[in-house]
Amino acid sequence: MRLDLNWGIFFQEIPGGGETYLDLLISGLWWTLGVSACAWVIALVVGSVVGTIRTTQQPWLVRLGNAWVELFRNIPLLVQMFLWYFVIPEFIPPLKAWIVKADPAHAQFLSAVLCLGLFTSARVAEQVRAGIESLPRGQRLAGMAVGLTQTQVYRFVLLPMAFRIVIPPLTSETMNLIKNSSIALTIGLAELTFRSREMGEYTFHFFEAFSAATLVYVVIAMTANRVMAVVERRVAVPGYIAGGK
Amino acid sequence: MTLDFDVIGRSLPYLWKGFLYTVELTAIASLGGLFFGTFLALGRLSPAKVLSNVAAGYVNLMRSIPLVLVLFWFFFLMPQVLQLVTGGERPPQIGAERTAIITFIMFEAAYFCEIMRAGIQSIARGQVHSAYALGLTYGQTMRLVILPQAFRNMIPVLLTQTIILFQDTSLVYVISATDFTGAASKIAQRDGRLIEMYLFVAVVYFVLCYTLSYAVKLLQKKIAVIR
Repeated sequence: MRLDLNWGIFFQEIPGGGETYLDLLISGLWWTLGVSACAWVIALVVGSVVGTIRTTQQPWLVRLGNAWVELFRNIPLLVQMFLWYFVIPEFIPPLKAWIVKADPAHAQFLSAVLCLGLFTSARVAEQVRAGIESLPRGQRLAGMAVGLTQTQVYRFVLLPMAFRIVIPPLTSETMNLIKNSSIALTIGLAELTFRSREMGEYTFHFFEAFSAATLVYVVIAMTANRVMAVVERRVAVPGYIAGGK
Repeated sequence: MTLDFDVIGRSLPYLWKGFLYTVELTAIASLGGLFFGTFLALGRLSPAKVLSNVAAGYVNLMRSIPLVLVLFWFFFLMPQVLQLVTGGERPPQIGAERTAIITFIMFEAAYFCEIMRAGIQSIARGQVHSAYALGLTYGQTMRLVILPQAFRNMIPVLLTQTIILFQDTSLVYVISATDFTGAASKIAQRDGRLIEMYLFVAVVYFVLCYTLSYAVKLLQKKIAVIR
């Protein structure tokens, strides 16, 4: 083979007929974005809670939060993906029963979302904790001094500030999440990278197929960067270096 | 559901071989990545616009696409590219294991570049000026003054990145290389013992990575005191 490129390949029909290779890749892109979006919601909610409890005064809450982060951070994501798909359902009979009956794509989607969501939650928790701890100690003390309860101190004083500080590092976590979603192909989820490999295997035009996938990932990365740069500017805290004033 | 953890004992020699490959891949990729990453960092910080743009382009490209896709790129296309270069009759067979090593060096170089760049930028500008004032050339300044300090300051971050790399090497599964996870997964599928094998793999990785990151934390404290 001489790397004879054929960029028209995207508009040829796939062997089954009915749709083109371009459609194939686009359907993969939707799965990538769908998994990432759902996992992102889990990651943000769980990560915020875990990150917050790690800064409280209750030792057992702190230990629980630390254990959560260490657990998800020290096992390879691929192994976690296998655990969620092959192992955990075996210990939850109703889930297992559902998976046997369900469309395989739905079972894969559920496993991938839970796996990526909780994996990313540990990383979000780390950022949220760092954000809260970066606040001057006086903020918490001042909150207590005006008679707020611990919950109120977090709700009205610490968290609104911490989240504004934490948004820039969360951008890169979003990017990591979208990239990590490609690992779901190991449990058979037909996301973008899966589809580009499939297209390569059908046509032997791997170069074109992977170029398309690469281009899409780069565009996603650049778009996310632009969007978050705008958000960053809007939420920047005046008086901090990022705030400019 | 009956569990049979004997399967681990029975397949231990095979798993050990896979584990050694994981360690070998991690070691080669981190050293190779650090080597090329340092040059990339010097390139990115170079006043020559072309050089810094090329280095930045490479780093940003590698950092915006998933590792799985990078592995596919190299696995499916390297034989063909090598054939183009050597002009042979058929694509040379280099195998999944060697493909993985080359891929990881190239991929990690981008990440190590960013770490080394931060390390170099953390050195006070006066150091460069004084080195030049002593009559050192650019190469000598970097090699004798800046890089040793940058490297030393960044040791904890470099080690943390290596632990992440150690976990990421499990992804060679997608090109069917037999690393630790790959070996476990082959046994798991052969014997129908997915639960036992994957739990075992998870525990091994957890214990190793947790211990290593704890050691890095201790080291970080020690280095911080000396500085």
